[in-house]
Amino acid sequence: MLDIDLNVIAQRPIGFTDTVTHYCPGCTHGVAHRLIAEVLEEMGELDNTIGVAPVGCSVFAYNYFDFDFVEAAHGRAPAMATGIKRTLPNKILFTYQGDGDLASMGMGEIIAAAARGEHITVVFINNTNYGMTGGQMAPTTLPGQKTSSSPLGRDVETQGYPIRTAELISSLDGATYVVRRSLQDARNIRMAKKALRTAFEVQRQGLGFSFVELLSTCPTNWGMTPVKARDWLKEFMVPAYPIGDFKISSAIEELSKGG
Amino acid sequence: MALELIKGNVAVAETALRVGLVSYFGYPITPQTELLEHLAARMPELGRAFVQAESELGAINMVYGSACTGMRTMTSSSSPGVSLMQEGISYIAGTELPAVIVNVVRGGPGLGNIAPSQADYTQMVHGGGHGEYHLIVLAPASVQEAVDLTGLAFDLAEKYRMVSCILMDGYLGQMMEPVELPDFAPIRTEAPEWAVGAKHETGKRAVLTSINIAPPAQEIFNVKMMTRWQEVEANEVRYKGYYLDDAEYVVVGYGTAGRIALTSVRAAREKGIKVGLLRPITVSPFPSKVLDDLADRAKGFLVVEMNNGQMLDDVNAIVAKRAPIHFYGRMGGMVPYPDEISVAIDDMIHGDQDVNRDPRASWLAQMRELVGTGA
Repeated sequence: MLDIDLNVIAQRPIGFTDTVTHYCPGCTHGVAHRLIAEVLEEMGELDNTIGVAPVGCSVFAYNYFDFDFVEAAHGRAPAMATGIKRTLPNKILFTYQGDGDLASMGMGEIIAAAARGEHITVVFINNTNYGMTGGQMAPTTLPGQKTSSSPLGRDVETQGYPIRTAELISSLDGATYVVRRSLQDARNIRMAKKALRTAFEVQRQGLGFSFVELLSTCPTNWGMTPVKARDWLKEFMVPAYPIGDFKISSAIEELSKGG
Repeated sequence: MALELIKGNVAVAETALRVGLVSYFGYPITPQTELLEHLAARMPELGRAFVQAESELGAINMVYGSACTGMRTMTSSSSPGVSLMQEGISYIAGTELPAVIVNVVRGGPGLGNIAPSQADYTQMVHGGGHGEYHLIVLAPASVQEAVDLTGLAFDLAEKYRMVSCILMDGYLGQMMEPVELPDFAPIRTEAPEWAVGAKHETGKRAVLTSINIAPPAQEIFNVKMMTRWQEVEANEVRYKGYYLDDAEYVVVGYGTAGRIALTSVRAAREKGIKVGLLRPITVSPFPSKVLDDLADRAKGFLVVEMNNGQMLDDVNAIVAKRAPIHFYGRMGGMVPYPDEISVAIDDMIHGDQDVNRDPRASWLAQMRELVGTGA
């Protein structure tokens, strides 16, 4: 019997430590962290999970989650997660990576891990810039978007085009669950949570590599209020990075029906 | 137990299995590839983890992850691949994790070639990656010694929570010699208390990182690491001395160069010349004490390497002008013949005896002559 206090409407996830946030006001990292903690709690996997933190704003992710964590070198989280998962195959492994970490520095590691069909889950935070180093251009920066290293706006002629990571990864046979969600409002946050649950379930059932891209805000480096940042995400990011399912293997469709 | 005729790379791979290797991550590169190939077949056969990584960068970071579980893990590569691994080696060192790296050194720099070399001495002994850390570096001179040092590499890595490197060269990797392999040891199933993966049993979570964002914390960590290295220096030096008891002159060489030098030293002894050989087995920690003692009584030193004199700098610092030092090295995958070293021994005894001499300058002049580039 679950001991549920019906008077509690919401509470801090038990998978969290009591660390005070270091993220900026309006940043959606906290939301993403919370969704992961809630999902692992609901799955009963809190004590069986090992997280791999990236280099970037979420370098200190392990301060918030109250379970095993390791800290990877920039971009190498999928390789590190591979090493742990292959050694301890019964553990739930996830990496939490930003766009600079995953789509620039770590493109080799993420593609290879997906192609191998590693039984790990990757949570990819796309906020179109390098947050921790002060808002430089990322592989995900939109054409024309001003950052501290594209001060005149990203010029695609000289600075190239954004990478649509989920679409790219979905082309690999080893990747069985690849979706993009957005943290722009309550409805989308609920959809993101459902996707994370499916992604971890895919891993638990040994169905392959799962990948959830989360469109996220960075009000500080975008130079916007949190509300304005959320609107900017909806207006500019969603058209460039459509919310959707890019790969759901047939085995996972069965799983979704069952659940 | 029967001797088996085995190639160095395969012997190290099979030994690693027998001493309880749980996971291996690697990438093909000559002259190391047979090590990876052997484990590609054997690890799955034994239900253990093997991944051919996307790159050496991937491989070392898989080792980094696996090392976080406290299980025996290893990678192997050759010089350019090890250069690519240096990022991960620094992180593993900075997280105090045990791991074993085999470097089957080839000629460089750059793509270089696939011939035997010792040009990675500096890379392995004096760093390579960023920040303050040391590796334990073991330099075998035969396939049997490579086998014997493989078990030791894991033991030392675990004892001190450090990275151990087996520093071979293309000769040792490719050469077949009769060896006695160790018996199969059971895989250790108990993880150390610092490892990840035990929260469901212990209720205690593990966080493994190499980050110390507050400079005082990083300094405290580094002091702790350097203190541990002092312990390694005090307890783990290994070397082999040949004819040193009455030696008036001393040749210093490790690995294949040390083994070839032994032939030359024996030839000199047959002629009644009182020369001995110091062959460091741990090139890191370096056998400084024994060399320091020898410097008090030896009339001259000859350093022999298959590189431009990388260990030479360490010998120079220890001998500290108490005796003249000579150097003989071949580079770029060239291997010295014993008679070349015999000439160098002769030069040590009868040539320039100035303690202030620059051994590298005279050697380089000799090399220009030898390879014909002119002065």
